[in-house]
Amino acid sequence: MMPPFEYASPATQADAFRLLADAGAMPLAGGTDLLSLMKDRIVEPRRLVNVKGIPELRAIRTGSDGVRIGAAVTLDEIAAHPQVRPYRAVVDAILGIAIPQVTSQATVGGNLLQRPRCWYFRNGMIPGADADLRYHAIFGNTGPAKYVHASGLAPALIAFGASALIAGPKGERTIRVDQLWRTPAATGEDERTLQPGEILREILLPPHGERGSATVEIRPQGNAAWPLAAAAVVLDPTGASVILGHVAPVPWRSAAAERAIAGKTIDVAVAAAAGAAAVADAKPLSGNAYKVRLAAAAVRRAVLAAAGKEL
Amino acid sequence: MATNPTWPEPAKSSLLGKRISRLDGPAKTRGEAKYTYDRKRPGMLWGAVARSPHARARITALDFGTAAKMPGVRAVHAVKKVGDEVKWALDEIVYVAAATEAQAHDAARAVKVSYEILPASVVDDDPKAAGAKEQNPAVQGDPDARLAASKVTIDGTYGLAVVAHLCLEAHGQLVEWDGDSLTAWCSTQSVSGLPGEFAEGLDVPASKVRVICEHMGGGFGSKFSVDAWGIACAELARKAKAPVKLMLDRAAEVAVAGDRPSTYATVKAGADADGRVTAWISRSWGSGGLGGSGSPPIPYVFNFPDRRHQHVSIPTNTASSRAWRAPNHPQACLVTMAAMEDLAAAAGMDPLDFFLKNLDRTAREATYREQFRIGAELMEWKKKWRPRGSAKSPVRRGLGLSLHTWGGRGHKSNCDVVVNPDGSVEARIASQDLGTGTRTVIGVVLAETFGLPLSAVKVSIGDSSFPTSGASGGSTTVGGVSGSTRAAAVKALDAIFEKVAAELGASPDALEAADGTIRVKGNPAKSMPWKKAAARIGAAPLTVRAERPDHLTDSGVGGIQMAEVEVDVDTGIVRMVKMVAVQDCGRIVDLKTAESQVYGGMIMGIGYALTEEKVYDRATGRPLNANMEFYRVPTIGDVGELVAHLQTGPPHDARGVIGLGEPPVISPGAAISNAVANAIGVRVPELPLTPDRVIAALEAAERKVRA
Repeated sequence: MMPPFEYASPATQADAFRLLADAGAMPLAGGTDLLSLMKDRIVEPRRLVNVKGIPELRAIRTGSDGVRIGAAVTLDEIAAHPQVRPYRAVVDAILGIAIPQVTSQATVGGNLLQRPRCWYFRNGMIPGADADLRYHAIFGNTGPAKYVHASGLAPALIAFGASALIAGPKGERTIRVDQLWRTPAATGEDERTLQPGEILREILLPPHGERGSATVEIRPQGNAAWPLAAAAVVLDPTGASVILGHVAPVPWRSAAAERAIAGKTIDVAVAAAAGAAAVADAKPLSGNAYKVRLAAAAVRRAVLAAAGKEL
Repeated sequence: MATNPTWPEPAKSSLLGKRISRLDGPAKTRGEAKYTYDRKRPGMLWGAVARSPHARARITALDFGTAAKMPGVRAVHAVKKVGDEVKWALDEIVYVAAATEAQAHDAARAVKVSYEILPASVVDDDPKAAGAKEQNPAVQGDPDARLAASKVTIDGTYGLAVVAHLCLEAHGQLVEWDGDSLTAWCSTQSVSGLPGEFAEGLDVPASKVRVICEHMGGGFGSKFSVDAWGIACAELARKAKAPVKLMLDRAAEVAVAGDRPSTYATVKAGADADGRVTAWISRSWGSGGLGGSGSPPIPYVFNFPDRRHQHVSIPTNTASSRAWRAPNHPQACLVTMAAMEDLAAAAGMDPLDFFLKNLDRTAREATYREQFRIGAELMEWKKKWRPRGSAKSPVRRGLGLSLHTWGGRGHKSNCDVVVNPDGSVEARIASQDLGTGTRTVIGVVLAETFGLPLSAVKVSIGDSSFPTSGASGGSTTVGGVSGSTRAAAVKALDAIFEKVAAELGASPDALEAADGTIRVKGNPAKSMPWKKAAARIGAAPLTVRAERPDHLTDSGVGGIQMAEVEVDVDTGIVRMVKMVAVQDCGRIVDLKTAESQVYGGMIMGIGYALTEEKVYDRATGRPLNANMEFYRVPTIGDVGELVAHLQTGPPHDARGVIGLGEPPVISPGAAISNAVANAIGVRVPELPLTPDRVIAALEAAERKVRA
């Protein structure tokens, strides 16, 4: 049962900012995450402001600077858009979700700004001694945050060097997609860098150019299962981007894997070296050492797929 | 005259044993079938529950005054008081009833409870845990000496986690009083048994209680009892003087409405050079909650002359276990069949040959031998099987097998058959259809007996005012209701034969009902349309009651299953390729719903083999996955190809009707575990075979090779 709330559906950004200015107001897009957070009483917004009625947030526009995707565009709409199709890693990440009920409803903004799926967080708990961390982080986990970043799209967008346009009552700012999050230094701190009253308005994917890309997710049985590890790889003539998902509280760039690829012709050995490099510094917690092997496999497979090579 | 009811000869059956779609399929598909969850009554209130967040605590203060004054609240019923102890997370404290579901939940959240937290344990896999009870070992022969002298030995560990029942329709009921009588719509496996339980819990005569369960969304052994929430719901309704519906939410359903006990075991076993098992020594432990666990029958099915087994039952601060489809059998089966497969591998033998070599130690050697022959053919076992660990590619295929047994004798059941003068025919039984096809089975027997099409008969079940029938447990329902229906229908038909015999110029025992007529056996020309015959009853309907006769059911079946899997050794992910189930179950009433039971058993088995486990936070004892996001059951994409082969024809058809619900769920865990071991060359000790466990087993083996 959800807590009671007001519902507003503004048609303009200005109205949305006005409605979001009050304490307890939260933006609503697809709701696939927010509604479950409310049912679990993890958040209790007093007002939901539906942003799907704001035209700027619902458009996909292409120009010389790349492809601009409104934050309230659904995952299905992105995957089906001819201008997005070349960005293979982005499409892979959406197809991987494979649940029509989600992909038809969920938006790019919601996918990026969803809260952690950590089973302690979702139960209103904090992992303590002897916690069961089988699904948790193998990188960036020395502080209080042990959860993994759940966004399927984030690694691919970061790998392509995408930026995020943040709009608020005081104006607009553009940041890199990876700057949407921080690893909380203290328990209870929000992992998202958006300021109160701000919304994510759009994502800008730079021009695709001569690049190859792929996202590979390691998903256990059940099409509703979360990936246990994921990697998005973008290869271009000058180098590579390797971003891991579901392994750290934020999307995790592996500079070591990128160095293992740079300047080399991709083959099975290079891909394996990239996979091994990606996990060389992993620090598993109790019960999640298996994820190291999975993360290496995800990187190796994504490198080969991005290069158009067979496994 | 009274005909001794028998089953019709298979060759002469028009419906019995055929593939017949379930009677309630269309209504369920269209959403017209009313489950307890769908029921509404005029003036109905909603119930909700305030639950303990702690696994064990003493209540030091309890205030539901605020909750009682919340908008819409009409009744409050506390089941705990200050000083009481809660013994598991989500234990019930206070029930409330309010005009809307939201108001009820708000009120339950407003109940204020203070606790003194007490030490709790949810550790189920440590045989030295506090309170663990060692049961007496069962010993036969001299296993130690025989083991020491064995050519091949294994020393293995095996186990399965606690799993939930996860009924898609949660537990719950709607209760309505009329003066001191009550009607309860319940999602239950025991329509006939519940009135007595309500009566006892509410201190009213059982004759004043009526229980209704028209359609039911799964029980699997977890819905035999009226349950604390059933009584509390009735108390709320009594206090509020209004009907109250209280269904568990998903978290409570997963957390407190049913555990299958875990089992962990060590096995030392031996075999001689020919593959004959020489000795068996095992120890098992596990828990299904506060009551610990029963002792699984280990070694399972095989009666080795020299053996010893001991079980340790561990109490934990979780809701007590409930019967889970074939209680104790899946656990015993995994431990036994995995150890057998490990022995076969150690002896360098194909497990199929190894099992065949030891079948004389089972109670039904010929049955299993035939089933393995059929299964091997359907799986192409000899063509596909490779020795354990042969595969070296990143994605590896493997085969595994298992066998199981069950009883399945029909329970006590009474049936009223009503024949109306217009020719309409109805069976009334206070049974329930858990989704297994019970309603359809009754209809098939009724229509077959009267020689009518299925569409011409009516089946009335799910109401305790009908003749009593057993609870649906132990695979006893089909044998019970088919027998009582057949007996009552034959009795009714005899009465009609008496009335029309003279008209047809034959003695009553020379008549038969077939093709919508009553006719003289061997002389179909001498016949009378069914409607005309029925009209001879007179003005009032004919009602006949009968109890299930013993000889229409039987007990004792065997079954084998084979699994083919694909394991990705880089990720530890197991993919089901194919499963084959071969099962005997006597005379089959409806082949289609029987096959459905086997498919369902295999799918449920794939669930506990690959993904299902209840996870608790060890520090607080709170459940971490009381939902369907992290408590994962298979989707249709996870199950691979399923082949169900039900044995029919002689000698099976002559045995009478035997239950089928339980047996097909026993072997999947063992067969799949064995297939994974065969694929990757190493045993993954515990189910579910999740990537973390598969990788841990692979890495342990890799370290061994390096050392």
